[in-house]
Parts: sequence; C-alpha cells; structure tokens
Amino acid sequence: METRSKSLLGDKMEKEAYEFSILRTDAGGKQQYASYRVPKDRISTVLEGLQYIERNIDRSLTVRYSCRMEICGSCGMEINGKPRMACSTIVSKLHTDRLKIEPLKHYRVVRDLVVDMEPFFEKYKEGLPFIIRDDDGVYDSELKQTPEEFKEYEKYSMCIKCGLCLAACPIVGTDADYIGPAALAGVLRYNLDSRDRGKKYRLDIINGEEGTSRCHFIGECTEACPKDVDPSFAIQLLRVQGLKHEISRIFRRGD
Amino acid sequence: MEVVREDIIIIGGGMAGLRAAIAAAEHNSTLSVALVSKLYPLRSHSVAAEGGTGAVLDPKDSYDLHAFDTVKGSDYLADQDAVEKFVRIVPEQIYTTDHWGCPWSRNADGMISQRDFGGMSFPRATFAADKTGFHVMQTLFSRCQKYDRIHFYNEFFVTSLIVDGGSFNALTAIHMKTGELTVFQGKSLIFAAGGAGRLYKFSTYSHSVTGDGDAIAFRAGLPLKDMEFVQFHPTGMIPSGILITEAARSEGGYLVNGEGKRFMQNYAPTRLEKAPRDIVSRAMMWEIEAGRGVKGKYGDVVYINLDLRHIADLLEERLPMITDIAKKFNDIDAATEMIPVRPATHYTMGGISVGINTETEIGGIFGAGENVAISIHGANRLGSNSTNECLAFGNVAGIMAADWASSHSIPALNLEKVKSEERNIWDNLLKREGGENPWDIADNLQEMMDSYVGVFRTEQGLLSALKGIRDIEARYKNISISDKSSKFNIDLTHAIEIGFMIDLADTIIRGAINRKESRGSHFRKDFPERDDVNFLKHTVARFSADGTRFEYTPVVITKWKPAPRVY
Repeated sequence: METRSKSLLGDKMEKEAYEFSILRTDAGGKQQYASYRVPKDRISTVLEGLQYIERNIDRSLTVRYSCRMEICGSCGMEINGKPRMACSTIVSKLHTDRLKIEPLKHYRVVRDLVVDMEPFFEKYKEGLPFIIRDDDGVYDSELKQTPEEFKEYEKYSMCIKCGLCLAACPIVGTDADYIGPAALAGVLRYNLDSRDRGKKYRLDIINGEEGTSRCHFIGECTEACPKDVDPSFAIQLLRVQGLKHEISRIFRRGD
Repeated sequence: MEVVREDIIIIGGGMAGLRAAIAAAEHNSTLSVALVSKLYPLRSHSVAAEGGTGAVLDPKDSYDLHAFDTVKGSDYLADQDAVEKFVRIVPEQIYTTDHWGCPWSRNADGMISQRDFGGMSFPRATFAADKTGFHVMQTLFSRCQKYDRIHFYNEFFVTSLIVDGGSFNALTAIHMKTGELTVFQGKSLIFAAGGAGRLYKFSTYSHSVTGDGDAIAFRAGLPLKDMEFVQFHPTGMIPSGILITEAARSEGGYLVNGEGKRFMQNYAPTRLEKAPRDIVSRAMMWEIEAGRGVKGKYGDVVYINLDLRHIADLLEERLPMITDIAKKFNDIDAATEMIPVRPATHYTMGGISVGINTETEIGGIFGAGENVAISIHGANRLGSNSTNECLAFGNVAGIMAADWASSHSIPALNLEKVKSEERNIWDNLLKREGGENPWDIADNLQEMMDSYVGVFRTEQGLLSALKGIRDIEARYKNISISDKSSKFNIDLTHAIEIGFMIDLADTIIRGAINRKESRGSHFRKDFPERDDVNFLKHTVARFSADGTRFEYTPVVITKWKPAPRVY
C-alpha cells in the first residue's frame, strides 16, 4: 500500500518518472551528485521517493525518517534549494519533474542526507527550555491556565525540533555560535507560559552577544518553518522582553 | 569497541523512557542515567499519539469506573491488580506534567478539560488538542534538560541484551554516527523501546517501530506475553496509514459505508462510533466484506468514509492536526469532504512480561510502556490508555531501577558474549552476500501479516502464515547487505530490524493458532466466541534453542468476573 508494488519501471521513462538528483556524501566525506529515476505512479511525497530509491535502486542511500506525518522532525533536507520536510513535501506540488536533494545547510554532513544534529540540541538546551518553578514535588491539582493564557504561547509550543530554521538562517551560516531561531522560539515559549517563573534566567542568557541581537529579521526561519512557529516574530518579542529586563536590572542596581 | 558505564540504562527515548529517566534522576540525586535510543528521543513514535490520555480527575468519576472500563475493554484478559494500581497512579502524572509545562487543553475557567473516548463510560480523556503525545513528549524532553545526570545516547542502535549468571550484564549497540560497537553496562536496565507495529504494512506507526525491545529481550530469555493481541485502529487514512485520531469520532464524527449510511448501530447499538477499537474495526471489515465498502480514487483499495462535515466548527480547536493532515497529505478539506479510512495496525498489547511494579523475571531489569505487557490491556487496549500508561509506569520503572541501582554494582563484563555479538554483526550479517533484498523479505512479511494475521483470522490462514514465516526465515539467511561501510549504515540496521520482526511474527502467529477462541482484538472466524473455560489465560512465549515454548498463566481477577462484553 505504500511505496512498492510488483511491477517494475518499464521503458516509458521520461514522462512517467521524476528525476531525483541527490548530493551524496560517502563515509570518507567525498561528495558527488547522483541521479535516480523514480516512477511517478509509485510515490506521492519526496520521502516516498527516497524510500523507493533506498529499497529498489541503491540501498546505501543514507537518510533519516520515522513518522512520515511531519510530527517527529527527522527528515529535514534541502529540496530544490529550500529546507523542507521530505515526508510532507508532495512532489507534484513542486511543479517540476526534476528534484535536487541536498543535506541541510549549516550542519556538518555525516553521510548523504544525514547531518549532525548534536549542535542543534546543544543550542536548544542553552536557553533553559523548561518550566522553572520552586514548588517541585507531588501535585494533587493542576495550575490554572485559561485558554487565553495558552494562546499567548501556543504557536511557539508547536516546534518539532526539525532544525530547518537553522538551515534557512543566513546568520547561522556565518556565525556558528549564534544560538539560532529554534532555541530562541523555545525561550519565548517558556517565557510566555503563565506557569513559569524563570523568565529572568533565560533573558540573562539570550541577551548576550550570541542571542537575539544577532538576528537581522530577514525572516527566512519563519518561511522555512513547517509548523508556523514564526521564530522571527518570536525573536522580536524576545528583544522587547530583553530590553525591559535590562532596564529593570539597571534600576534595581541603582537602589 | 567502547564501553559506557552508567548507573541506570534505559533503552528507548519515547514517553515511557523519558518519564523513567526523569523519575530515576529525581528519585536519587547521585545516580547517572543513560538514555539509549536508535533515534533522537523526539523522533520516537510517542510524538504521534493524538487524542487523549485517560485519568480520573472529576469527583463524579471514580477509580473503579476507569478500572472496570479498562477490564471490560480488555475482554477480561487484563490483570485486575495491575489495572487497579494503574488508575490510581495516573492522575498525579497529569498534574505533574502540567506543572512541567504540558499544555493540557482547558475549560474556560482554566482547569483541565476532558473528553469522551471509545469504551470509556465517563469523559476522562485529558488532551492537548489532538497532539497529546507530541506535547507530553516535548514536556518530558524539556524536563530532562534540567538534569545533567541524564545522558542522551542518541542514535545508538541496540542489537542485543547480554544476560550473565541470571542477571543484567550489558547491552550491545551500534553507534550510528561512527559505526563503532558500543557496550552499555549499568546496575539496572529499563526496557522502554515501544511496540512492534511495522510488522504490518498498513499501519499507523512510524517506520522505526520494529519491535526491537521485544525481540532483544526475548532472545536473551525474557518471556513475551499475549503477543497474538495486535490492535487495529479503525481510522488509518488511505493510502498512507497515517492516524486519524479516535477523538474525531468521540467529538461526534460518523463512519459511513459505500451506500452512504452509518452502520455502527448494527454492531454496537449503544456506543455506536464510540465503541472500543476492536469492535469498530471488525464492523468496518464486515461492511467491506459484505460489499458495502467505498470504492473511489484509491485504486483497488476498498474503504470506509469518516464524516466530520457536521462537526466542522469543532475542527480548528479540537482536531487541528488531523484537519491539517487530511489537507496536506490527501488534499481533503475535512470540513466539506469525507476522509477515506481503513483499520490499520496501531498497538501491540503483548510485550515483555512484567509484574505490577514493572519488574521482569531478571533482577535489575524493568520495563514500561508498549514494550511490556503488565498487563492492563489484555486482549484490547482502550483508546486513551497508552500515554497514561507510559507516564504512570515509566515513573514506577524509574524509581524501581534507581532503588535497585543504589544497592547493586556493575558486574564484570562478559567479554566473550560481546565478542560473539561483534562477530555476528560484522562477520556474519554485514558480509552476507546471498542475493536476497531484505526489503523484499520485509514486504512479504508485512503483506502476509496484513492478509492472514489481521482483524480476522482463521486456522487455515494462520497456518499458511506460519509456513510463510519458515520460508522468510530461510530467505533471511540469504540476504545481501549491499552497503559495506560502517558509518551510518542503515542497510545493516534495517536488516537487523527485519530479523527482529521475523522472530516476533512467529510468536504472534503461533500464539494466534493456539488461541482457539475470539477475544478482544484476536478474532477467529472459525471460533467466533470467547471461551473462558479454556482460554481465560495469558499466553507466555519463551525462547529456546529448539523453538519457542508456549506456557499459559492465569489472569488475575480481583473485582470483576468475566461477563458478556456488550456496548
């Protein structure tokens, strides 16, 4: 029912096949493009195309995938020059039969389409992306939070940690230490949660040189985000929070 | 070869694994935890859980009612002592994850909202829109970031469990990024590696759910319980199998056949579309078999329509993800068009046999979540009873493993067994050149499971599946691994997964052949009635060199004597 069936691709290639041109990187780091023909009637998404190649043409093609429903964040890659999720990119909607597939930019390539995600998660952790409270223990009721209070951070809670925004961000491309859009959206998500008490700690961290001030508001992250998290707007809001935080700190110092 | 030693080892980074890691770290502030997963934790299938998680929060609800619903849902195969414990320890987990930031959906007054779910007699499913698993996973992963003692070993593919002198000795794993064999040793171990749903082709599961935890434990001598019970979710979207949450029906959605008519009144006159999954899935298949399925634009596939048009105003707030999924993947506007669905493999009720404190037969090894059968689901799990299980028993397993670790030490490594596993991977498997494509074998296996070990089963079909498994086993010995490099070799790890799947398929098929009755998800057309005289018992499959041995153990009954199961 998925990508395979019994029939093999016949001679009638041109009209009925997509051409997947994939930037391959071998275990030794050598790179070259390789081209594969994928029959149109066998696939719907780019991921299904890659699985078709992996299973029928070249089993050494190295790619990550898991949920195939755009919720696990595994299969980010550059598709025709833009960072996208392979599982939710419908090939027919790309309006071309030729696909250029490359690993995500701004990440170290491990092999083929697999990039090293460790720096992404390290940066994410830097912003203290968790609720900070001083009442740890066993709880026998919930904390009140109205639907309106939830709406404040809802958008920013939808991040699937796919890393596309870092691939899209031109600043990340020139400054590897910049904490980046995903981590900053994560900071705002917790700063805006009415149950949280840790805003000041996070602002101390992201007000630094590699924090919000690096962002030039080009908006590429927001365009790339498959979940409409809008990191670019998140960073603008964080700058305002950060400014208020600085001012109040100066006044506190003056006491 | 690298050896990693930590106090507690957890295999699996999904909901049960993350919950266990936090519990262990918080229970004892001196212990270190290794969370070993073949994925990054947030790529685990738990993030795909949609509709809700059952918990007794409302004073009008009661533990006994939740327990009874669960027992009745299980077709009386659940162990009632485990169920009674389960329902009592769940609510605390809802409040705890709330304090940790889980955006549980709220009522206007700011308190947690609950909704109806299949087979539940009270609206007790707490939910985060229709992204419950996603939000709980983000919450747990976030909480883990607080603890430097939780060490993530991401993309370490576990290949085997080494047991020595009757206790936990080590796990062997392939570090995907380097290709190096890595050995994990600890004082205690928790299995939280999820289910086995990709044994089937039409499945709601992520591609990565291949039963690794079950197979690794089984091969090392831990018995598997009730493996023949596989849940088919009524609403897997055609053609991908992507889940359309049960909440779509609990919020009021209808199932409609090819004649444009609702049909659940003929199968579950009281609960209708909100009956348990086994009953709804069978009803859909009966309709399809009777020629009343829908034939449309999905080739030869005959299906049923899910109609949400009359609840269009609820979609944005209560069912946003599935609305988006229907649009994105099938170009369907759920507000004006029906969604094509068919029963799809969704949950593995069976798993490693554990006691009510998550302990396995081997001291120091524990297990939680879909990886185990504790057993609260028996022959059929109710919707909204899995994520709560991961939270509640993940927490128990973490505490148990921490207590064990604080009074035990790491054993001397059984190097001989490690070397043997190393040879098995690099000399035996990687060098195999028999010519068979492992993917062809997986395809055959999955198609066979779909055809003969699905919603409906017969002696004849099961026997031909068993014969098929023997053939597949022989072909597996003749596979070729075409990728010979060590770094991130998914050709190799997929082949190992397929090996796991073959072992598990065998236990499922043989368990199903032996069980000459119909109970919960296991429906034998040749034995359509439940038979409490002969089969009110658990199936326990035990690995042995000369073939799997089957034993049967009694079901624990505390309050609820088996009764006819009518909805």
